[in-house]
Amino acid sequence: MKKARILQNGIIKTVAVDPSGTPAAEPGHYQWLPATEGTYIGVALNNRPLMNRLAPSLQEAPYKTPPKTPVYFFKPVNTHNAHQGVIEVPADGETAYAGAALGVVIGKQARKVMQADAMQYVAGYTVVNEVSLAETSYYRPAIKAKCRDTFCPVGPWVVSADSVDVTALTLKTFVNGELRQTGNTADLIHRVPALIEYISNFLTLEPGDLIITGTGLRDVALVAGDTVTVEIEQIGRLENTVVAEKGARA
Amino acid sequence: MKHATVRYQNRVYQATVDDANALTLSDGTRLNATDVTWLPPASGTIFALGLNYADHAAELDFKAPTEPLVFIKGPNTLTGHNQVSVRPDNLEYMHYEAELVVVIGKTAKNVRREDAMQYVGGYTVCNDYAVRDYLENYYRPNLRVKSRDTLTPIGPWMVDAADVADPHNLTLRTYVNGELRQEGSTKDLIFDVPFLVSYLSSFMTLNPGDMICTGTPEGLSDVQPGDLVEVEVEQVGRLANRIVSEAAYEQMLKENAA
Repeated sequence: MKKARILQNGIIKTVAVDPSGTPAAEPGHYQWLPATEGTYIGVALNNRPLMNRLAPSLQEAPYKTPPKTPVYFFKPVNTHNAHQGVIEVPADGETAYAGAALGVVIGKQARKVMQADAMQYVAGYTVVNEVSLAETSYYRPAIKAKCRDTFCPVGPWVVSADSVDVTALTLKTFVNGELRQTGNTADLIHRVPALIEYISNFLTLEPGDLIITGTGLRDVALVAGDTVTVEIEQIGRLENTVVAEKGARA
Repeated sequence: MKHATVRYQNRVYQATVDDANALTLSDGTRLNATDVTWLPPASGTIFALGLNYADHAAELDFKAPTEPLVFIKGPNTLTGHNQVSVRPDNLEYMHYEAELVVVIGKTAKNVRREDAMQYVGGYTVCNDYAVRDYLENYYRPNLRVKSRDTLTPIGPWMVDAADVADPHNLTLRTYVNGELRQEGSTKDLIFDVPFLVSYLSSFMTLNPGDMICTGTPEGLSDVQPGDLVEVEVEQVGRLANRIVSEAAYEQMLKENAA
């Protein structure tokens, strides 16, 4: 079962999506909205290929040791974006990178939940493109790189948790139709139940909140004019166009 | 004018607060400060500054940053005036941080520093508690430290920007059980209010209700369950809250649910 949030005639609606990917909208124009609205929590350094590449540098200053607990960050509301929305990359040419990730949508309030019970709190799954400028530091919150307007498309829809097993799903990133990166949710270091336990231990998760489970290597550069698509098997295909940011201060 | 958000008889109201701290709800009802549950006075993205006072940076043995060190807190961490904050069990050190909070008044993107004060709607006070035991040396400030449930009291109210003549000359103080423990002045901010509004708006849109917690001066110390902690910013307000243990908090939640 798939559900999407759409805007039609000025009204925000949550509607079912049919197997062909068409939302149950009224006839006429509609716009996709971010598939969930709530607090978006990202998990950094949660991908094995990424950690394998970074491992040597995490032994050096300033880190000296890899993190003992998962490293989290927020994608605030100005970053929230939808299927077919526009990703605005810096006009000065600084490179933005795609960040394919499985998104976990919380279904009911979760506080101090144990891993064994965690899946009861999941409403479903969605596709996230956690866009970022180059990450030069993992020890300081890089909001300038990660929290730019439009930098977190989520959608097109949420697939209900009971209809999919997310332990080993392929993620693909395409730019202008060309396959540029492949990953798998099996590469997550901390998996979904563990993340819910860790996070809900100190932060009460609310219905609609989103956990962005972790992105891989930042290998896929996005430039104005591109169309970027992130696909997760059994979940969906999230497509966005890339433009140069407008209104930059002269 | 002071603006508050309060719960009264299971409903949430916007209210104004007079100089004697009496409230007038949006429906005209007049109430005393003790009649209501105080809620956070703003709602939006919460930014917080690390190391934004030179003395505090020195206290932590850090060089003052050359670019603002900004992180984001989740809405889960906010509580209102006269609420409780949980000190996790088996800790060495949890401390308060008195901070001036800037509340954005209108949408800001690519705002010049010289125009930035027009985008400030008002000011409030927060206590940006931190659990030092949970800092992992270079992966910080992490959410486990800075976005814990109940650990960011904010309020009691928002004061209109027009009522604060100079936000860069305000004394901040923290009292624990009535004893003065922390004192500083916003004149020592490394990155001042217009700089921060301009800086953040240079790469993201700020929306009305967004909050910028501007950082804390030196004078940190441990707080324990039972302590009454009050943080005060001159001309803005005095925010009180009490530290409780995990067990006491779990008991409170159980009673509230019953």
